Amino acid sequence: MAVRYPEQSGAGSLHNKYLTNIRTIPGKYPDFKGLLMDFLSKNLPYFLAGVSVGGQYALIAIGYTMVYGILRLINFAHGDIFMVAGLVTIYASTVMPLYLSIPLTILVTVILGMMIERVAYKPLRNSPRMSVMISAIGVSYLLQNLALYITGGLAQVYPTIPFISNTVTIGSATTKVVTILTPILMIVLVVLLIQLINHTKIGMAMRSVSTDFETSRLMGINVNRVISMTFIIGSFLAAVGSILYFTNYPSVIPTSGGMPGLKAFVAAVFGGIGSIPGAVIGAMLIGIVENLIKGAGWTTFSDAFTFVLLIVVLLFKPTGLFGEAATDKV
Amino acid sequence: MSKDTNRAAATGNTVGTVGSVSAGWDHLGKRGDGPERNLLEVRNLKVSYGGIEAVRDISFDVPEHEIVTLIGANGAGKSSTLRSIVALEKPAGGSILFEGKELTGMGTEQIVKNGITLVPEGRRVFVNLSVYENLRMGAYLRNDDLQSDLDWVYSLFPRLKERSWQAAGTLSGGEQQMLAIARALMSRPKMIMMDEPSLGLAPIIVQEVFDIIREINRMGMTILLVEQNANMALKAADMGYVMETGRITLSGAGQDLAENPVVREAYLGKART
Ligand SMILES: Nc1ncnc2c1ncn2[C@@H]1O[C@H](COP(=O)(O)OP(=O)(O)OP(=O)(O)O)[C@@H](O)[C@H]1O
Ligand SMILES: [Mg+2]
Repeated sequence: MAVRYPEQSGAGSLHNKYLTNIRTIPGKYPDFKGLLMDFLSKNLPYFLAGVSVGGQYALIAIGYTMVYGILRLINFAHGDIFMVAGLVTIYASTVMPLYLSIPLTILVTVILGMMIERVAYKPLRNSPRMSVMISAIGVSYLLQNLALYITGGLAQVYPTIPFISNTVTIGSATTKVVTILTPILMIVLVVLLIQLINHTKIGMAMRSVSTDFETSRLMGINVNRVISMTFIIGSFLAAVGSILYFTNYPSVIPTSGGMPGLKAFVAAVFGGIGSIPGAVIGAMLIGIVENLIKGAGWTTFSDAFTFVLLIVVLLFKPTGLFGEAATDKV
Repeated sequence: MSKDTNRAAATGNTVGTVGSVSAGWDHLGKRGDGPERNLLEVRNLKVSYGGIEAVRDISFDVPEHEIVTLIGANGAGKSSTLRSIVALEKPAGGSILFEGKELTGMGTEQIVKNGITLVPEGRRVFVNLSVYENLRMGAYLRNDDLQSDLDWVYSLFPRLKERSWQAAGTLSGGEQQMLAIARALMSRPKMIMMDEPSLGLAPIIVQEVFDIIREINRMGMTILLVEQNANMALKAADMGYVMETGRITLSGAGQDLAENPVVREAYLGKART
């Protein structure tokens, strides 16, 4: 029924509202330039927020994509590592100044990521991939439940980090410093990471391990160390991402890692899992589109977009934007 | 006797311009420098996969500076033997001594560090790395200057030099095999093991590969060669072992085995005369 009378549905009325907004030069074609400027000034705050959130998703997505690239494993615990990083910042900040609690957060997160690999994935190195995946899901629940136990189920208030919480004004938008800082920091880190992968010995080892464990061993590479390195990098970026992300939120709860983790995962799939530039582009796209949707007043649908995107990608281009042709190896 | 035929064959081939850049390879010493010792001694080696006994109690030696070949039909256990020497498979029993040192129980990286390298079956070059990067990976454990060795392997394999920046996955099968050998050489091993280097190559390329094998050996390298191409392998080798369903059934000087009627019938496709 609703389909026959679209003008009565919520979406329809919004659509009409939009139509009435179109300015036209009388008797002529629509005023495109004016429309564009209108659109930009109205949406600038949302666009900026999108770039920022996209940068945060990107920092998480790289962890998914790198681990997948090397182990062909979707590390379901990654979003929860991100959440734990948030909690560590909160608890550490109650007993020490931020200039200590932030480095500590990064350190603890890196160690956590490495330990998870050692304890939950490494013993399953020669097992079917499904077993490792189930182990990853187990770790995810374990972290969430530990967090529930420790927080007692109460939302923990995230500390205000001075400089990055200050407000700045850009054009028509007023926002926090973190909004501007995130994409810049993300790009710097990604460039450094790509340099590491393409131009250093450990980077070369990472690339060879990602194609062939055995032959990498024959070169004298300690494969386990390279895998640890991958988890260290992924967790480091997730920790940085958590600081930038949670600064925008009042508190952290045990399931706080779920949504951003899922979106970062979709970003990695969209970009072609295994590809770092792909993950960054996917994350930026999801961040920006989701915020523009919010800007259009359809906040309820902003999360749905991510999952529609996932379905579309899986249906039409399962290897994603830059994904290599499905090689079912390792 | 077979050693002499080998030398003659080696000096007669036409590969590369090696002499001048080979100076850095003196660490290997040369044939006849002193009494030959066994670089590798395999004793009562057993390898099994679940219930399948792929290698059943084999023993053999690889003397320094020589070419030793292991031939046998599909599934005889040749690859399993090589793989267990570099700990890619865990032996179910027996001992593997390299320069008198026990290798069983060591990890692959450690064994490679001790100076053994394996050119794996099916080449296994890193397809997404460039030719140059593949060579660098071969030298992963080294921290010294690679330039003279790079020059040397490029002189052995001029075609790799031209394709230095090409992704290894885009090379032809023959070029990939050359790269796999060159990569193995970059680790400056004391012994190089090759698993069917002639697999799937055109006869002319096979000839080229064997010329290279002789050339490397002439420089002092000890080689353990696994081959289906028994004819070529036995001609090149000082010593040969024939494997059948996990056991060594025949052994002898390469030339003698090549003339052995049983071997001729079973592996060289020639009827007894
Ligand atoms: N990973 C494995 N799991 C189970 N069985 C294996 C495995 N690898 C080898 N085998 C078995 O061990 C036996 C010996 O195999 P191996 O690869 O050593 O033979 P090969 O002499 O190298 O043969 P080819 O000339 O065909 O390469 C075979 O019966 C093979 O099926
Ligand atoms: Mg084999």
